[in-house]
Amino acid sequence: MARPTPGVLGSFVEIDAATDAIHALKAQGRRDFTVYNAAPNHEIEEALGHKVSPVRVFTLLGGLTGCAAGFAMTIWMSNDWPVLVGGKPIATPVPYVVIAFELTILMGSLITVAAMVLFSALKPTRRLLYDPAFSDDRIGIFVPCDPGQYPVVEQLLSRAGSVEVRHADA
Amino acid sequence: MTAIAGAERPTQTHAEVTRDVVATLGTQSRGYVLMLFGAVALFLVGLVTFVFLLRDGLGLAGYKTPVFWSVFITNFVFWVGIGHAGTLISAILYLFRSPWRTAVYRATEAMTVFAVMTAGLFPIIHIGRQWVFYWLLPYPNQRYLWPNFKSPLLWDVFAIGTYLTVSTTFLVVGLVPDVAAVRDKVSGWRQKLYRALSIGWTGSDNQWRHYTRGYLYLAALATPLVLSVHSVVSWDFAMGLVPGWHGTIFAPYFVAGAIYSGIGMVFSLLIPLRKVLHLEHMITEYHFENLAKLTLLTGSILFYAYGMEYFVAWYSGVSAEQTTFYLRAFGPMWWAGWTMIICNAFVSQLLWFKKIRTNITALFVISIFINIGMWFERYVIITSSLRNDFLPFAWGQLDPTWADWGILAGSFGWFLMYFLLFARTFPIVAIQEVKEMIPMPRKRAGGHA
Repeated sequence: MARPTPGVLGSFVEIDAATDAIHALKAQGRRDFTVYNAAPNHEIEEALGHKVSPVRVFTLLGGLTGCAAGFAMTIWMSNDWPVLVGGKPIATPVPYVVIAFELTILMGSLITVAAMVLFSALKPTRRLLYDPAFSDDRIGIFVPCDPGQYPVVEQLLSRAGSVEVRHADA
Repeated sequence: MTAIAGAERPTQTHAEVTRDVVATLGTQSRGYVLMLFGAVALFLVGLVTFVFLLRDGLGLAGYKTPVFWSVFITNFVFWVGIGHAGTLISAILYLFRSPWRTAVYRATEAMTVFAVMTAGLFPIIHIGRQWVFYWLLPYPNQRYLWPNFKSPLLWDVFAIGTYLTVSTTFLVVGLVPDVAAVRDKVSGWRQKLYRALSIGWTGSDNQWRHYTRGYLYLAALATPLVLSVHSVVSWDFAMGLVPGWHGTIFAPYFVAGAIYSGIGMVFSLLIPLRKVLHLEHMITEYHFENLAKLTLLTGSILFYAYGMEYFVAWYSGVSAEQTTFYLRAFGPMWWAGWTMIICNAFVSQLLWFKKIRTNITALFVISIFINIGMWFERYVIITSSLRNDFLPFAWGQLDPTWADWGILAGSFGWFLMYFLLFARTFPIVAIQEVKEMIPMPRKRAGGHA
């Protein structure tokens, strides 16, 4: 098992206590802490002030790829084995809109999910301290720091309202 | 987040929500076992019938000149329609931030996936040589042939394939945080299983940041998809010149009908299931009343569409159209035509009354009428039009056989079996979304704007 990242984990019951701790950590210049919560929460999002996720760019790219692939596939396949029916054009883009539309949705969705997984994996939490209560009714804040800074961080979290504080090497 | 009144919020704490939903997993209650037994029995009926169809061919079913789209295609349209309510509730109402969807959306989303899985079987059963179904897909082959992309039947292949893939993706993505919550509550092999399925979810701010955005875009993509899928299904008919099919109102008419039938199935599934899983305090009258309002809306659209179909047939002056619709009401299939009109157009109007909308037993009874009515709607549209085509000398009859009914029964068993197994294995109420509705405790008085 990999060694856990050194740091302090604070557990909070109250939402405003957790946001106070986030503001206090940011005031100290810390940006690399992790906040755990069982459900997305706007107060935590506002306190953290993250930029909007870049997943949307991949949604757009996936959708455009699917649309282009839909038209390209249908037009190329129609021309590859041309069957003339009633003197009508071999490749007719209007009915192919349906195929292109479905592939737009399909590729947009699959690339969105791939991007969600990729961006989540870029900041892994495997080696960070975690408590099962964070998927239940508690909010967690893990602050990575050297053991020498433990007392300072512990005090900050406790003062904000943390109900439980522990170290990575406890 | 939409502001909601206190009475409409879930009344549990975060911990109680996790506890109550986790308690439903692995249920052994007698009601559940009976329902599962019934579903498996029905499925076996369908399986045996299918084996006979494989051995003896489609002649066992009631195909007869000129009706070569009959019960199997009726079942296909019926089951695709059932799925639509799930996506409406899970995706469209998510975009509208509708607060009442949270407790019911997981069950409806699962219903969508299993209904589309069921629907997908029918074109395969219907083609006769089931083992070459993959000829529908565009793949390089030794015959140097590509499918005909101008055919609505091929549009259907893409629409249903995309719908199944996107709905399954949407369901799985929504499940991840809830599976992680279950992982943290169970032990032993179950914990190992849920740990693997939760793919490292911890609910960190980074995960939520990408998850919430990604989920929003998935919902935004699923919304036009759900509207397109039943439109494409309707074009299987409307693109043909057959009287009774060739109508421009078919796409919105089919989409409204699909949502209406889907909500009917939601009632039929959730009313017994919430009792068996002891979830009456989470899935309440409040949720059912809102579902009933949606039923009323879509049922009224259907009422209008039925009237408009008859009006257009009369106003068109086309004798074939007029004859088809006359025969739907007064011909040999009058009983099916009136079953569809009474169950869909008239029964839904009972939901104008709040007393009925808030009476769970009444809603269950109405939902059975909806299921029957919507199956008959597709049966009437498909078969009555084919029976009475442009050439009266070619008119014919349709006599469904035991093979038709066996496959229909099997489809209900197949669908219910998956749904019940899902309800026993995964959180049937979305833990994370219900928690999002519950205010967290505060150390200071007052709330967040």
